Amino acid sequence: MNNQLTISSSPHVHGNWTIEKAMYGVVLAMIPAMLVSFYMFGLGALRVMLISVIACLAIEYIIQKYLIKGPVTITDGSAIVTGILLAFNVPTSIPTWMLIAGAIVAIGMGKMSFGGLGKNPFNPALVGRVFMLISFPAAMTTWPKPIMSRQYFSFSGLDEKVMDSITGPTPLGILQEQGPGAVTPDYVNHLLGSMSGSMGEISAIALILGGVYMLVRKIITWHIPVSYLLSSFLFAGILWLVDPTQYADPLFHMVTGGLMLGVFFMATDYVSSPMSKKGMLIFGFGTGVLTILIRVFTPYPEGVSFAILLMNAFTPLINSYTKPKRFGEKLPA
Amino acid sequence: MKTFKLGGIHPAENKMAASQPIEEFPLPKQGIIPVSQHLGAPAKVLVKRGDQVKTGQLVAETAGFISANVHSPYTGKVKKIDHVIDASGYRHQAIIIDVAENEEWEEGIDTSGDIIRQVTAEPNEITEKMKAKGIVGLGGATFPSHVKLMVPEGKKVEYLIINGVECEPYLTNDHRLMLEKAEEMMIGVSILMKGLGVNKAIIGIENNKMDAVEKLQSLVKDFDGISVEPLKVKYPQGGEKQLIKALINREVPSGKLPLEVGCVVNNVATAYAVYEAVQKNKPLIDRIVTVTGKSLKKTANLKVRIGTKFSELVEYVGGLPEDTGKIVAGGPMTGKAITSLDVPVIKGTAGILIMNKKEARQAEPRTCIRCAKCTEVCPQGLEPFLLHQFGELQKPEDAEVNGIMDCIECGSCNYTCPSNRPLLEYIRYGKAQTNEMIRNRKQK
Repeated sequence: MNNQLTISSSPHVHGNWTIEKAMYGVVLAMIPAMLVSFYMFGLGALRVMLISVIACLAIEYIIQKYLIKGPVTITDGSAIVTGILLAFNVPTSIPTWMLIAGAIVAIGMGKMSFGGLGKNPFNPALVGRVFMLISFPAAMTTWPKPIMSRQYFSFSGLDEKVMDSITGPTPLGILQEQGPGAVTPDYVNHLLGSMSGSMGEISAIALILGGVYMLVRKIITWHIPVSYLLSSFLFAGILWLVDPTQYADPLFHMVTGGLMLGVFFMATDYVSSPMSKKGMLIFGFGTGVLTILIRVFTPYPEGVSFAILLMNAFTPLINSYTKPKRFGEKLPA
Repeated sequence: MKTFKLGGIHPAENKMAASQPIEEFPLPKQGIIPVSQHLGAPAKVLVKRGDQVKTGQLVAETAGFISANVHSPYTGKVKKIDHVIDASGYRHQAIIIDVAENEEWEEGIDTSGDIIRQVTAEPNEITEKMKAKGIVGLGGATFPSHVKLMVPEGKKVEYLIINGVECEPYLTNDHRLMLEKAEEMMIGVSILMKGLGVNKAIIGIENNKMDAVEKLQSLVKDFDGISVEPLKVKYPQGGEKQLIKALINREVPSGKLPLEVGCVVNNVATAYAVYEAVQKNKPLIDRIVTVTGKSLKKTANLKVRIGTKFSELVEYVGGLPEDTGKIVAGGPMTGKAITSLDVPVIKGTAGILIMNKKEARQAEPRTCIRCAKCTEVCPQGLEPFLLHQFGELQKPEDAEVNGIMDCIECGSCNYTCPSNRPLLEYIRYGKAQTNEMIRNRKQK
């Protein structure tokens, strides 16, 4: 009897929070946005989603099993999250092979080369996305129109013959090309998701819903989303106040492009964001400012991915300068 | 309702024994009395093999400034002086006594149930009495209580804080004491106030024990300066720094004692022991122990003489269940897992927790996903993931800079970690390294 007793140091109870609960919680939070994309882009969205998730899982499996020859941990949910996020970040017309190449870079380079979950300095899905954007600029900036593109499904991407008629620029693309005068602010449609863009970014409402779910389940804290939203809103707002004819209004920036996706699902990535509350606020603030900066002052119409990756690079620095306030640190006056 | 701000967790309370009245536990056949039941130097043994001892007789005396007297909890014969393994897992010197059938108390001890309300002892007498009767902090740390009353020159005490929080899951011994020995405990509080020379005392109790709050509140009108404050349940509110913060919103500076912010903290059970020592002349020879666990036939709060073996207490509640996986001396958050029930109850034993196989199962530690949950729940505002690393990598300098010595070892980080990392274990290891480094530095 006695030799079967467990001896370990305290505490002897655990809160039952696990990596799986966190990761599958994130997956659950992405379902509204996923459903919107299925509705708007039809089977094409389903194709991209399946290929991306399966490719990410397969690559992680192959690397863990045959390259590292260590334990396989693909069931922890983190590769699924990366797969869904990568799918969310590409247009549904993307050819299959490009998507698989993106998944290889995301999981292989972005995550496993650093040692797997918990070790990657950059958000793996964004590493994959930026790789694809730089390598396949045309395919990555051809945006199927919502609803319209639903009926033209093809396994290899989009039918070349109808390509022109069913694709169109994103609102941010138009803004970049022709200035704020050319975009008619249509907040309701932008909120609901009726705009051209990457498959997962289109519906701000669905993304906010998922974000609120994660906040309620305490998967994420409010610090990064709120500071990110506030700083991008304020920065875009200042520009707009300076010259409304040259800069779009801040609300337009909020509901278009990948901002909401970035705010709730990519900037909040555990591994690549800072550890302290203070650090998270700085991180969110920096990402917000950089996002607008890139959108407005560079040739890229969208800056969310670059902004988050740039701030990811600052995370270690932020961590070492933003220690949490310790109990009893300040002597009473 | 008040509570502390920084961090904290809400583990399942599991206070199954809360409705079990305190039962007087029969005397054991043989008792094991370790001479090191307190923080500080082990007491010096005064008896030898074959000596007859009476109940309440001094058998080992204090051996230093921070040390405490030990008294015989029974009448009988000293069988031998030996080294035995106690609940700490270490071998300590102990006096083993064969208990006689007829109990004979040491002279001058009032064993009647009468409550003596009039406090006649002067402050210095109170301190002396507490020292003589071996009173130590019964909240868990077992710090010799009379030392807390000796306030150094230049320090002023404003508040006596009485800890009735009992934030450890499962444990109910303080709860029962507050309900059943309320008046004696309150007299104990007023004795401590007199000893310290303060006119304000606050008793902090979490609001999962509202019956105790009401009971004590019904008595405060008879006691000047004592107030009872219900607190919102949050672990580790029973940590003295967290309790002071919750009650009077003062922060004990890092590395300092509660005295720094004008407070002295004592546990409710200590207050009761002080009452017995000063009013009844009775040394600390018994305490209330919660025996609890999900697989036990019943749970109990037992008034047990020091030195009684754990096995006898467990036998009393129906014996060790088949599916026992772990035995903990104390509560599940800060208690110590023990290898055998053949260890004695000592002054600091608040409970015995029997965990079943399912509860005792340990998940494999996995990689840190940097979710920052540990930082979020740390009541001391530390970064447990980082301190864990410094402990593992043996970097005491970095650990010190990052506040490892501020860790109160509450275990909230471990509790919350989704990767089941043994954070506290490595932080303890790191603390030991840092302590050694600081010692070496001081010697130079």
